[in-house]
Amino acid sequence: MNYSAFEIWMIIVIMGMGTFLIRFSFLGLIGDRQMPTFVLRLLRYTPVAVLPGMVAPLVIWPMATDGQFDPIRLLAALATVLIGVWTRNVLWAILGGALTLYGAMGITAVL
Amino acid sequence: MTTSTVKTQPKNPAKSAYWAGVRDGAPFILMAVPFSVLFGVIATDAGLTLAQAMGFTVLVIAGAAQFAAIQLMVENASIAFVLLAALAVNLRMAMYSASLVPYLGAAPLWKRAFIAYLNFDQTYITSIARYEARPEMTVGERVSYFLGVATPITPFWIGMTLVGALVGQAIPDAWALDFIMPIMFLAMVAPMLKSLAHVSAAAVSVAVGLALVNMPAGTGLLIAAASAMLTGALVEIWMERRAR
Repeated sequence: MNYSAFEIWMIIVIMGMGTFLIRFSFLGLIGDRQMPTFVLRLLRYTPVAVLPGMVAPLVIWPMATDGQFDPIRLLAALATVLIGVWTRNVLWAILGGALTLYGAMGITAVL
Repeated sequence: MTTSTVKTQPKNPAKSAYWAGVRDGAPFILMAVPFSVLFGVIATDAGLTLAQAMGFTVLVIAGAAQFAAIQLMVENASIAFVLLAALAVNLRMAMYSASLVPYLGAAPLWKRAFIAYLNFDQTYITSIARYEARPEMTVGERVSYFLGVATPITPFWIGMTLVGALVGQAIPDAWALDFIMPIMFLAMVAPMLKSLAHVSAAAVSVAVGLALVNMPAGTGLLIAAASAMLTGALVEIWMERRAR
């Protein structure tokens, strides 16, 4: 890495300000003004539209295996989703997913 | 039945919303620890000073973008490119910001600014799930809840970056802690799949997200999210027409 200390701090500060402005953007500028119905309709799907697409590549090509597909991780992800949909409870879903992950890892380690 | 039942102590609703947030945010400590330690290790390995690594974590406070920036800096990319790529990774948070408007838009500006600083994946998803499930929450309760969710995770994110930078040793891959993040995000999203429109949106998000995974700096994710939101809205309209 051959940046000067000043350049590194510049990157950090501009990234910090830029990230804040992205996060502040709509929440800061729109405030309590009414938004169009179709926009509200779109925004209702934000969480289910962003997170699955963000997580899916990590499930299929995990970081810890250097992108090598791992059936255990896929199984754990599926178990998490199924338990989450079924119980509607976040903690049960986390627990079920983690138990599947470590359970299956334990079994394959023994075999 | 007697009419003179003991009156329950009037609880401070903002305070109890805050503590509910703390409780719901606590599990994210598990997720923050391995990633923040790793960031501390990678940042100092890359040649950042301790102050610079900590500056990153405190000022930017967005894991994925921090990792992307360090990786590009190790490759000696131009400063403009580092900034552009890292900020592109964070653009999804503009969607988060917009989707919080109906719930938090009426809060005072300085509270909205404070929430914006703390608006990352974990605090956002936890809070929006609560707001959707409890439409009766007041704006003040929503603000308190959001800050509650941020309370356990933020000090760990910052503190464990410091530990990683000082110790220089990441948690071994064999512990599979990398997978805590997918599991926790999936566990948060799954209970939100409450209609055909939500399921369709999630399916489109996964399909497009996987198809465009090689696009640079999270731009594929933005396209995936936009297509998924549109899908959700259109399926919702279609279901309403059919119900009539």
